Amino acid sequence: MNGPHDLGGRMGFGPIAPEADEPLFHAEWEPRALGIVLCCGALGYWTIDESRHARETIAHTDYLRFSYYRIWLTALIELLQRHGELTARELVDGHALTPGKRAARRLDAANVAGVLAKGGPTVREVDAQPEFSIGARVRVRNLQPTGHIRLPAYLRGHVGVIETQCGAHVFPDTNALHQGEQPQHLYTVAFDGAELWGEGENLSVRADLWESYLEAI
Amino acid sequence: MPHDHHDNDLDEMTALTRALETVLVEKGLVDPAAIDAIIETYSNDVGPRNGAAVVARAWSDPVFADFLATDATAAISSMGFTGRQGEHMRAVFNGAGVHNLVVCTLCSCYPWTVLGLPPVWYKSPPYRSRAVRDPRGVLAEFGTTLPAETEVRVWDSTAELRYLVIPERPAGTEGWDADRLAALVGRDAMIGTTLADAP
Repeated sequence: MNGPHDLGGRMGFGPIAPEADEPLFHAEWEPRALGIVLCCGALGYWTIDESRHARETIAHTDYLRFSYYRIWLTALIELLQRHGELTARELVDGHALTPGKRAARRLDAANVAGVLAKGGPTVREVDAQPEFSIGARVRVRNLQPTGHIRLPAYLRGHVGVIETQCGAHVFPDTNALHQGEQPQHLYTVAFDGAELWGEGENLSVRADLWESYLEAI
Repeated sequence: MPHDHHDNDLDEMTALTRALETVLVEKGLVDPAAIDAIIETYSNDVGPRNGAAVVARAWSDPVFADFLATDATAAISSMGFTGRQGEHMRAVFNGAGVHNLVVCTLCSCYPWTVLGLPPVWYKSPPYRSRAVRDPRGVLAEFGTTLPAETEVRVWDSTAELRYLVIPERPAGTEGWDADRLAALVGRDAMIGTTLADAP
């Protein structure tokens, strides 16, 4: 979707302002929010793609002013409500009105290390051979779905070169919408800076793009 | 004080987070000790020291450097750094005429297993918008200036590959062991906004 998250190449956000002696967290609620988000992910209701899409659908005016942990927490509340594990009333009251449906899948402290160490690999075996060869020139399709996509807007329509075949990976566009993993070949595609921006000496940008985002030229 | 007593001194996010945690714990969906364990992991165990150890070993062990260039996931895993947001790793090496910079323009993708949690600036609109278009301007804000002829390669982490920049080994460190070298490798050098520290 053409959401507030798709920021590459936008102007006017000001300086980056890295902090000296930056703390890991900036408020006491932030580490709790991190932990809650990870614990709820372990319940297995949504994929990382659905959670990313929930963050992208936050209103533009909120997304751009929220801290990232606030973006995470806002999307988490939406996901918990969507999957029937939380009501607005419960959140206002600060008390559960019904027991959790997936309490049996709760991530216990003893299992945290194992779950974090395992992660969620996205490489899959597929029968299809990669359509594009290393060195091939490809054009990025002008895809603008209302759903989830991992194609930055600034790459649409531009020509790049296939640099690496990365194997087949879970396709986020379908996985985010409960339409299955539908793995596709993934490629690292290199773009010249001047191709993308009309200017930019000694600049190149690489992105990892799924096969259906690309067309041969 | 019982939980149902509303504390008006709490700011909005503190109150919201507390309410959500309370509800989820009461529902049996969240174990508060698991939250503590997650915080502990990313506060103390998983952070940029992991990445610095990888870089220092690559600098001092050519066989490992080749392994890292060929199969970063396996090479980094062989040092014990595996897991969430490091499932598929790629190491990109700075060298003569090439400087690498990592960003996620679409969200906050970051190699947690080797760098820990991303800094606020990495997840914020100024960096995400400018890194792909004006990387030299970004680098300047970190006090980093590159020769005009150096190619800046920006890696936008749009899929599940996670990128670790291997900075150039500083001059004057001949004969240093990996532990001593690792102290020169800051987090930002492994994102690519800075270079490794001078000895």
